[in-house]
Formats: sequence, C-alpha cells, structure tokens
Amino acid sequence: MTASVEARGLGVGYQGETVVADIGFTLEPGQLLALVGSNGSGKTTLLKTIAGLLPPTGGAIEVFGGKPLSRPAGVAYMGQFHPTSFMLPLRVHDVVSMARFARHGLFGRLSAADRRAVQEAMAVMGVEQLSHAPLNALSGGQRQRVFLAQAFARDADLILLDEPAANLDGAARGIYRRHLRALTKTGRSVIIATHDIDEAAECDRTMLLAHRVVAYGVSAEILTQKAILSTFGMVGKYQEGGIVIVEREHAHDDCQDH
Amino acid sequence: MILDCLVTPFSNNAFMLNALLAGVLVSIACGIVGTFVVLRGLAFIGDALAHGVLPGVAIAMLLGLPGMLGAAVGALGMIFGIGFITRRSNLSSDTAIGLLFVGMLALGVAIVSRSHAFSGDLVRILFGEILGIRTSELVTQLAATLVIAALAVACHRPFLLLCFSPEQAEVSGFPPRRYHAIMLLMIALTVVVSFRTVGTLLVFGMLLAPAASAALFSRKIITMVLSASGIGAGSVYAGLLASYHFNIAAGAAITLSASVVFFLLLALRQLLPPLGAAR
Repeated sequence: MTASVEARGLGVGYQGETVVADIGFTLEPGQLLALVGSNGSGKTTLLKTIAGLLPPTGGAIEVFGGKPLSRPAGVAYMGQFHPTSFMLPLRVHDVVSMARFARHGLFGRLSAADRRAVQEAMAVMGVEQLSHAPLNALSGGQRQRVFLAQAFARDADLILLDEPAANLDGAARGIYRRHLRALTKTGRSVIIATHDIDEAAECDRTMLLAHRVVAYGVSAEILTQKAILSTFGMVGKYQEGGIVIVEREHAHDDCQDH
Repeated sequence: MILDCLVTPFSNNAFMLNALLAGVLVSIACGIVGTFVVLRGLAFIGDALAHGVLPGVAIAMLLGLPGMLGAAVGALGMIFGIGFITRRSNLSSDTAIGLLFVGMLALGVAIVSRSHAFSGDLVRILFGEILGIRTSELVTQLAATLVIAALAVACHRPFLLLCFSPEQAEVSGFPPRRYHAIMLLMIALTVVVSFRTVGTLLVFGMLLAPAASAALFSRKIITMVLSASGIGAGSVYAGLLASYHFNIAAGAAITLSASVVFFLLLALRQLLPPLGAAR
C-alpha cells in the first residue's frame, strides 16, 4: 500500500535557509501524526512543505507516491489565518464550499455529492445554523470551526491542520478530536501542528521539533519528560491553582509559575 | 421640466449619449476588476498601473501611433517591472511599486513636455475626453468589457480563493502567481481601454470608489460586482448631467460623484446595525 507521506532526509525552510534538516518518517493511511514544538520550531514549515506550499531545502518528500500538490483533491490544508483577511463578503456556506473547487477545476459544476459533503462538514463542526452568516460577523472560535469544516468538506485522504484547536472551546475541541479519530478509522491520514502535549498524546505518532527532530515515534513512547524538556526548554504539570514548572533546561531547579 | 433636465441632454446630443454608453461600459469593467482590487488590497498596484501607462501614451502620441497601443505597452512594462524588482530585491512590493510609479509618471510628464501642446495633451491623458468618444472607440470598449467579464467568469473560483487565502488557492490546484498575473492583466486592460474615456488619473477613482461603496453593504462577491457596476453607472450618469448643466469637466464630475456616493454610504453604514449579527 502506498504511504500517505514519506520523507527521507528532508530539509525544510524558507528561501533556501534550512529550519529543520534530516527529517525522516512514513505516514501510513489511517494514521494520526502530531508535530509538536514551540513557536518557530519548524512545525508549520514542515506542514507547508508537505502541503507543497514550500519547496524542500534538501532530501525528498512524497505524498501518495508523487510530488506534493500533484493530487489537490486528495489533500486538505488548514493554515493559520490572520484577521486582516476577513473583510471579504463571504458567507459561511461559501467558505466551506470552496473546499470542493479542487475536485472540479475552473468549470466543473458542483454536484449533489458536493453539496452533501459541505452540509455534513458544517454539521460536524456545528456551524450549520451559521450557514448564511457573513464570515466577518463571526467570533474567532466560530471562524476556526468554519475553517475546520472547510478542511473536512474536501473529503481528502490526507488532512493537514495547523493549530486546529486554536480559539476552540472545550466542547468544540472534543467534537473535532472525535471527528479526527472517525476519519482515521476510514483510512484518512491526518497531520496536526500543535503546542498541546495532551492533544499529541491522543495521536498515533508524534514528532517533537526544536529546529531539529528531537524525537519521533509512537506518542505514548516518546512523550517523555526528557524529550519534552529538550523540545520546549521546560516541563510543566498541572497542580491546584496553576501550572508548576517542574524542570527547566539548563537550570534544572524546580520553581512555580502561576 | 425635471424630465427635460434628466433625459434631454442625452436624447438631443449624440456626443452625450456616446459618453453615457462609454461610461457605463467603463463602470462595468471597473466594477468587476475594482471588486478584486479592493478585496485583495491591490489599490496601490491599480494606482501605479493607471499612472504607469503615461509614458507609453506620451511616446505613442509623439510618434503618431494610437494612444491605446502606447498605454498597453506602458501597462505591460509596469507589470513586468513590479514583478522584477519584487523578485530581485529585498524591498517590499509597496516600495517597488512606489518607485516605478513616480519614475513612470515623471518620465511621462517629461516626454509630454516635449510636445508643443504640453498642457492640453497632459490634461487629455490624465482626465480623458469622455465627451469626444467616437463610435469605433465604443466598440473597442465593449469588446474589452466583454473580455474582462469572460475572464472573471472563467477564473471566479481561483479569484475567490486568492481573495480568501493564496495558500488555499495553491493547495486547491490553482497556482496563485498565474491567477494574480491574470488579475493584473485585467486591471491593465481596464486602464488601457478606459483612459480615453475618464483618463489615467480618474480611472483609478472608478476602480476604487464604486467597489469600495459596494463592499460596505455586500454579503456576496457577485453582489459586490453588480453593485459596484451599478454605482459606477449611476455616477457616470450623475457626473455627465452635472457636467452638462453646470459646465464642469465631465471626467472629474463622474469620479467626484462616485466618491460622494462612497462617503454617503459610509455615513449611512454607521447608522445601521452591522451585517448579520451572528456573534
């Protein structure tokens, strides 16, 4: 069976400058991979390289056995959005429907199946009632649900999500995580970029990034205190009333941040 | 009496009717293209293209060639110039566009100043000659407007995605650079065919003002395109009437009308509740 994504000695970066080098992994159909790291660690850069938005700075990357972007309808990508672009006169339904353009090119008509996929994706993310609402009238959390619905409406075999849980409340996070699991059970592969260790722990595999690959493997095995310390420079855990930083890289002395 | 004021100028004067028809065609072209200029924040590029045609027109006039040919060469020069400087330097595209803009404007004025009728030629290029439109020019304007409308229909999906997010356009199989270039060519075509009618200076106003007015109230892009075209056509009609009855420059009166509509709608917008309170 062809792997969804295969990277060999991959270098990723911007304008020829490598941010992370020598990345190697294989994502099989039905697997859920988390890219975890702090700001600027290279997880968005890697996600964009897999999506075909950035050229590799070294090595090789294959998506479904071909070059990235060679199967637009088979890959859904949700990037991070900036509020300046929200003056667009678009309704929620228009935004989610855009997901289906990749299947029909310039002139192909959207079919009943397309309309059904759009409705289902809006229903999954709970934005059906907002279908006719203008995008620029929504809150940050509502917009994030719309963008997730857009990614799901593509009905793609590979789904790439950059900080998907940003702005989502607890209920919406639960819905989206359950849907990711449902998608992987039907053979879809998913890669998410996240800061959230809890979210990564629920994924099949995790890659910890800090301008290099700190660790890669089965989430339950590699999310160790030592690996997290190398990735973020500190390790924390929840205690009553706040977050306790149990260890910092270099200092290694316990202290409390509230 | 009122009907006389509103209709007679056009029914009794062929030049006024031609001006109205040309103005409506310019409004449709500017309504389509201006919508994307406003939504994608390309106003500065639109301004630069509108002024960048000046040296081309000036050289064509000195050589006795059609002004539209010179305008086309000038616009293409601007598009390639902006792309070249943006790619080859670390400057922001705004700086690159600004440098080309002032350079081309200065070059145009320098060339026109060699002409014996310097001020007359310059005013004609900057403000147009809508009251001197010939039927053959109407046909050219109609053909260009149809081409622009056809391109907008054919490319509406990639254009929509480009407005939303160039990254989404790319991952959906519509290369953003290709469709951005098509969009620039549409702006250039609009400027090239419209400069005879409303002039290089005022075509920019017609690109921006009706589309910006429409953006204040539109919930869909198609509504914005149609509203912008309608507001533009209404401004042409009002401007021509004002020009006829009060003896003021027609091109300026048209663009002034479009600008006044924008500020009136903006004021009205402040008084109304926001569009779709979904929060």
